[in-house]
Amino acid sequence: MVWIVLLSFVSAFFPPWLCRVLHSRTGWIVALLPAAITAYFARFIEEISSGGTVVESMGWVPCLGIELSFHLDGLSLLFALLISGIGTLVVIYSGSYLAGHYQLGRFYSTLLIFMASMLGTVLADNVITLFVFWELTSFSSYLLIGFNSDQKPAREAALQALLVTGAGGLALLAGFLLLGQAAGTLEISALLAKGDAVRSHPFYVPILLLILAGAMTKSAQFPFHFWLPNAMQAPTPVSTYLHSATMVKAGVYLLARLSPVLAGTAIWENVVTPVGMITMLTGAFLSLLQTDLKLVLAYSTVSALGGMTMMLGVGSQPAAEAAVMFLVAHALYKGALFLVVGILDHETGTRQSGRLGGLFRAMPATGLAGILAGFSMAGFMPSFNFIAKEQTYAAILETTPAVFLTAAFFVAGTCYVVVGGITGFQPFTGRPRERFLKPPHEAPPSMWVCPLIMAAAGVLVGVFPSPAGKYMLSSAVGAVLQAPSEVQPALWHGPDVKLFLSTAAMLAGICLYLARAKFRRSMEPLTPLLSKGPEHLYSLSLAWLDTIACAQTRVLQSGRLNLYLLITIVTTTGLVGASMLEHEPILGLERWSDLHIYEAILAVVLLTSTVVIVRSRSRLAAVAALGVVGYAVALLFLLFSAPDLAMTQFCIETLSVVLLVMVLYRLPRYRDYSSGKERFRDAVVATLAGGLITALVLVATAVTREARLTPFFTEHSLLLAKGRNIVNVILVDFRGLDTLGEITVLAVAALGVYSLLKLNTGKKSGD
Amino acid sequence: MISLILATAIRYLLPLLLLLSVYILLRGHNAPGGGFIGGLVASSAFALFALAHGVDLSKRVLRIAPRNLITAGLFTAGSSGCVPLFFNLPFMTGLWFETHINVIGKLGTPFFFDLGVFLVVLGVTLMIIFSLMEE
Repeated sequence: MVWIVLLSFVSAFFPPWLCRVLHSRTGWIVALLPAAITAYFARFIEEISSGGTVVESMGWVPCLGIELSFHLDGLSLLFALLISGIGTLVVIYSGSYLAGHYQLGRFYSTLLIFMASMLGTVLADNVITLFVFWELTSFSSYLLIGFNSDQKPAREAALQALLVTGAGGLALLAGFLLLGQAAGTLEISALLAKGDAVRSHPFYVPILLLILAGAMTKSAQFPFHFWLPNAMQAPTPVSTYLHSATMVKAGVYLLARLSPVLAGTAIWENVVTPVGMITMLTGAFLSLLQTDLKLVLAYSTVSALGGMTMMLGVGSQPAAEAAVMFLVAHALYKGALFLVVGILDHETGTRQSGRLGGLFRAMPATGLAGILAGFSMAGFMPSFNFIAKEQTYAAILETTPAVFLTAAFFVAGTCYVVVGGITGFQPFTGRPRERFLKPPHEAPPSMWVCPLIMAAAGVLVGVFPSPAGKYMLSSAVGAVLQAPSEVQPALWHGPDVKLFLSTAAMLAGICLYLARAKFRRSMEPLTPLLSKGPEHLYSLSLAWLDTIACAQTRVLQSGRLNLYLLITIVTTTGLVGASMLEHEPILGLERWSDLHIYEAILAVVLLTSTVVIVRSRSRLAAVAALGVVGYAVALLFLLFSAPDLAMTQFCIETLSVVLLVMVLYRLPRYRDYSSGKERFRDAVVATLAGGLITALVLVATAVTREARLTPFFTEHSLLLAKGRNIVNVILVDFRGLDTLGEITVLAVAALGVYSLLKLNTGKKSGD
Repeated sequence: MISLILATAIRYLLPLLLLLSVYILLRGHNAPGGGFIGGLVASSAFALFALAHGVDLSKRVLRIAPRNLITAGLFTAGSSGCVPLFFNLPFMTGLWFETHINVIGKLGTPFFFDLGVFLVVLGVTLMIIFSLMEE
């Protein structure tokens, strides 16, 4: 498993090359990878459904308890199959959808990175590993939403999704770390047994809230739901895959995964269930107000995610069954509907529901897929969604008081019928609404076959539900509840309250579908209210952030070099000085008598040239005097037997004089000198800084005798690192990582200087 | 304003200084020296050459663009740190060949790391100096 995921990451390098050779046929080759992964995971069905689990682990940062450990149980397997299976279809579909796009290769690379990270998220057993993959999905989602990076709305939507899910991700990390503290382990499989310890821990409330923040931003729960409809800027295959079938369900996955540890308390029920219910209703209501088919689907996805969260909040055995069933049903029908809308958009050039109609004759295969999927979405018998819906009613009728949740789900179910009708039924039936420039015709088979498979699966599983129950759902529900469970989904439970409720919702939905235009018109007065939603808060806070950043930049980054120096030196002196005074330092003053005559001469040279620098009215003279100071210091190093330091100092001095001369050569003559006040201020700051460094050196020399580092390096340098020059051994071996960081910084700094200088030239030539 | 003395001297000094820099790099592990100082010496040599003969000629003498030196240096240093990973040892563990090679002494991953430092320092300094002089 570990290798499968890592291999998928590596394979993301290849599509750009493949695209150069194979062009639009690349999709078929790239699809081999998710197909192979599907087959790989399908092999585990037998073993997992009989109650087994598969564990794999690789050391990562063992000293911190972080392992690259994967754990395959019913829930992970269900997700892994959805991810790789739908991934295969989406990859094939994209090949035609984006045929001829100049960045098809990049698209596939990002899609594969996403698939690998999503697989990692659902397979990870270590919470830190899970977090890393989780963030990688946010990151690839960012790239995919902003795939059409030349369009401003796409870039803004991508950034919004990244900021919202990224902020949630940070909360999640904090929650995971606290959880690790509370339970004493970072492995989920070990955590699951420590539910009671975690729930009674004083950190429980912060842990729960932080993890919920992560899950709810990712799964677009109210009030964070706004990023998901905006994410529809992504190409349709991406919306299908990430923003409906898989990634947005990561939050639901996490809730399900951790519910044995976190669920069962009053606060869980009082937060998760209401948030899910509000999201479900908000999404369902807003989906009816949209005219863009993709937005209709996006809001109904928000609603469906809310429904799953609500069921996980309820947390009973039937509720867990309902959540898992709904998750599968939703992935199938919503994915199919998205792909159908993509085909409509691709062939007719519009997604406006008012402009599409009567297309069945022109595109029968797509139409069949759309109608089947819409039929599933509406929850008509015998689709699998019908069974899921019945199960949901069964679960919420058990809660007390059942009336709120039942009413809410009834309303949502009604809306789903309308959404299924608008997106799956209406475009294909009735009279053609409009003449398109190009008469619409059927899409290539590689496009329509994908939604057709998904839509047909949604109905087939409904007709023959028992194999799915036996092989997939039972073990998945068992993983959520951490108890062996047997799910026996069935279409017919006899005439009871559930059947009455779902039939009533269907009839109400059909009525609302027929009156949908009127409904939308009657809701128009609400539009100004809707623009004041949570998204408004999001843009306000971004604007505040910008204002604060601008104000701060104006103060700190004034563009005047002497101000920068002043700020830097004053801050350093203040912080270091304060900390030094606090520790009541002992100054090593007793060795003044050791002063040699040549040391005194050097000191005089140093002081004289410093005075020259300060008094000089010519830049060149000042630079030369500065060089003298540097050389004198280097000689001091040499006298105190630090040849490495001295050599470095000599080279640096030479180079900086050369550099300064080159820069100064270009500067205009000295014109404005500092005023007396400024000079006084600078003198005070400089004296303080110099005094601080002197004091530091004196303090440092006072404690050398107790130092333990020098003897350590002297003893071990030859033994461990096979070098006699301690300074060099420290640089390249003992503290080699620091050096690696430093040379990287050097390289970045050089790039910065280079681009600054070149940028400047460009401006000049532009003038 | 090319100084004749500098222009003539640097023709002989450049190879000598470069040799010196390599010598400093090689002896670094056991005696004062190392990649950082070696890189600085080499870059001062080229800086002086550029002062005397201009950027274009020094670029031609250098042959490799400074940014490529930086890339090569970072790559050398980074990959020398990765070598121990293949022996199931932590990142940047020093590994040494047993045989003793004349002039260089013992060869090991820290040496290649130091070589990377040398290249990065040389590249960075020259990149800054050249772009300043080209201005």
